[in-house]
Amino acid sequence: MAETLLFNALREAIDEEMGRDDTVFVLGEDVGVYGGSYKVTKDLYNKYGELRVLDTPIAENSFTGMAVGAAMTGLRPIIEGMNMGFLLLAFNQIANNAGMLRYTSGGNYKIPMVIRGPGGVGRQLGAEHSQRLEAYFQAVPGLKIVACSTPYNAKGLLKAAIRDDNPVLFFEHVLLYNLKEELPNHEYVVPLDKAEIVRPGKDVTILTYSRMRHHVTQAVKGLEKKGIDPEVIDLISLKPLDFDTIGASIKKTHRVIIVEECMKTGGIGAEIIASINDRYFDELDAPVVRLSSQDIPTPYNGKLETLTIVQPKQIEAAVENMVALKV
Amino acid sequence: MVQERTLPQFHAPAAQIAPEEGLRLYEDMILGRFFEDKCAEMYYRGKMFGFVHLYNGQEAVSSGVIKSLRSDDYVCSTYRDHVHALSAGVPAKNVMAELFGKETGCSKGRGGSMHLFSSEHNMLGGFAFIGEGIPVALGAAFQSRYRRDALGDSNADQVTACFFGDGTSNNGQFFECLNMAALWKLPILFVVENNKWAIGMAHERATSQPEIYKKAAVFGMPGVEVDGMDVMAVREVAQQAVARARAGEGPTLIEALTYRFRGHSLADPDELRSKAEKEAWLARDPIKRFEGYLLEQNLADEGTLKEVRDRIQTRIDDALTFAEESPEPSPDDLYKYIFADE
Ligand SMILES: Cc1ncc(C[n+]2csc(CCOP(=O)(O)OP(=O)(O)O)c2C)c(N)n1
Repeated sequence: MAETLLFNALREAIDEEMGRDDTVFVLGEDVGVYGGSYKVTKDLYNKYGELRVLDTPIAENSFTGMAVGAAMTGLRPIIEGMNMGFLLLAFNQIANNAGMLRYTSGGNYKIPMVIRGPGGVGRQLGAEHSQRLEAYFQAVPGLKIVACSTPYNAKGLLKAAIRDDNPVLFFEHVLLYNLKEELPNHEYVVPLDKAEIVRPGKDVTILTYSRMRHHVTQAVKGLEKKGIDPEVIDLISLKPLDFDTIGASIKKTHRVIIVEECMKTGGIGAEIIASINDRYFDELDAPVVRLSSQDIPTPYNGKLETLTIVQPKQIEAAVENMVALKV
Repeated sequence: MVQERTLPQFHAPAAQIAPEEGLRLYEDMILGRFFEDKCAEMYYRGKMFGFVHLYNGQEAVSSGVIKSLRSDDYVCSTYRDHVHALSAGVPAKNVMAELFGKETGCSKGRGGSMHLFSSEHNMLGGFAFIGEGIPVALGAAFQSRYRRDALGDSNADQVTACFFGDGTSNNGQFFECLNMAALWKLPILFVVENNKWAIGMAHERATSQPEIYKKAAVFGMPGVEVDGMDVMAVREVAQQAVARARAGEGPTLIEALTYRFRGHSLADPDELRSKAEKEAWLARDPIKRFEGYLLEQNLADEGTLKEVRDRIQTRIDDALTFAEESPEPSPDDLYKYIFADE
């Protein structure tokens, strides 16, 4: 076991997969010589050469489309979005090609590619660099969407994403890169489509993902002291959602709170609530509550920024409220 | 009428082409023309739906370029893709069936006119948004280079031909991809089919420098202008570009000056193009011109050419029967092909 920072866990995943499969390559802005803005590809350029760790010009839409063409013809590209927000410029190739092309081609082609990089609300990076794009992409058919949250799952999930024969949008959180954890010495992969039960409990189901998992964990400490026993589920897969795990938990707790960094309107939480109503309405003892970010461009000012995203105290209060409503 | 550009002169030397090769090109152009004529008929008879963009008039470009490729090379097209697919070897019956939305279509009835694919024939699409195929083609070309130079596969000398229109050459992907292709010396042919119009937008009204081939120079890439109504001229230019690409010398931008004989799509009333302009270009019909060349050079006689036309007509009729008689996709398969493991 070795203590590993999350960004290094990702780096190990890429390194291991490039080592075992020589069709895997990385492309993006500053991934090569510079080693990536968050050092996820540090030194891989020296090890694998400039074609396998390809520094691209700043041309997001085109290098994304290029990865699609490479994937169609047998390579396994990993795109690093220097900041996932920049991939809004690549929306065309992601939606039209990466997502839909297998279908429109009637199964002629598969598109094994990973699009990964930092996203989420950082620390005073201002609105454009603090975006949560997962909801924008959830409506695109044919994409898998995964959000990692710990060094352990980051490594195992990224390896699985690289091996997957479909386009996977892989969200990392800019504030989690320096998270530390002991990782096993042996090789492991983590399935892309399974939610992770972070903490089993019986009183209420808390669904969360990415950085909010850690805010929830903090809130749970307070709740435990008050004798409340929540079940915490890290969704991991935002598309498809793992309703086996979610459903089993609802049948146990009959109460759901969603904690997300996503914007409220048209967010991941909105989709989950609609699906829970479709599937488990009869199991619910209370309406599903969602704690989401404010529907505003992330403000630069630190205090306002904090108010924009859900804080552990709010989570604690919301859970307490819900449990107090016990029938 | 928009001012005409002076067409580059090209005189195919006598007997520069073997008779079989000449007939192969002729057959391919006829196939393209007859196929599209049949599409128009079927569309107006209500058997074919959606946006259907025909290629009539531009056959010399598809045949001249794609018939200069090997079967393991790649072809990437636009929404005006039927004839590129045919030249690339996708059987007419599977293209026709696709346009009828049938399960036997080359995209299993899921793609339609603007999304023709065939992995077997290295036909990469079929892209309905202008310009989105250019990066995809770039990726295929990158893949060839990667196999050759990163994986050491010396047989990886495949070339990609990427087709798009003059209107599309104003789009960002065009410039972004020319840059990357030149930067990494990718084996790709960017083939602009300049047919003077983007739906109703005249090329000169949309483009500050209408001579598109000149845009190659700023990327340090060869740019060539060619008479896109002359299959021999296109073939000559394409062969040179393919040889360069295969030899690892990088991309070429080819601007083929051509014309579409029909409206933008079968739904287009085609009101903007003047009668004089259309007549001037119709008089330069690439098929008639090539027939003249084959006869003049004694590469074929009338009888042989007619044989070709009859054979192709039969093939189109068979394709139609095949398409009409083929089954529709099963409703049970509505979700098939979304993900690779399904
Ligand atoms: C991104 C995008 N914008 C607009 C359109 C609508 N559209 C379809 S064809 C076309 C004109 C393209 O002209 P050109 O590239 O010259 O090709 P041509 O039709 O002449 O073959 C336009 C604007 C589209 N398909 N995609």
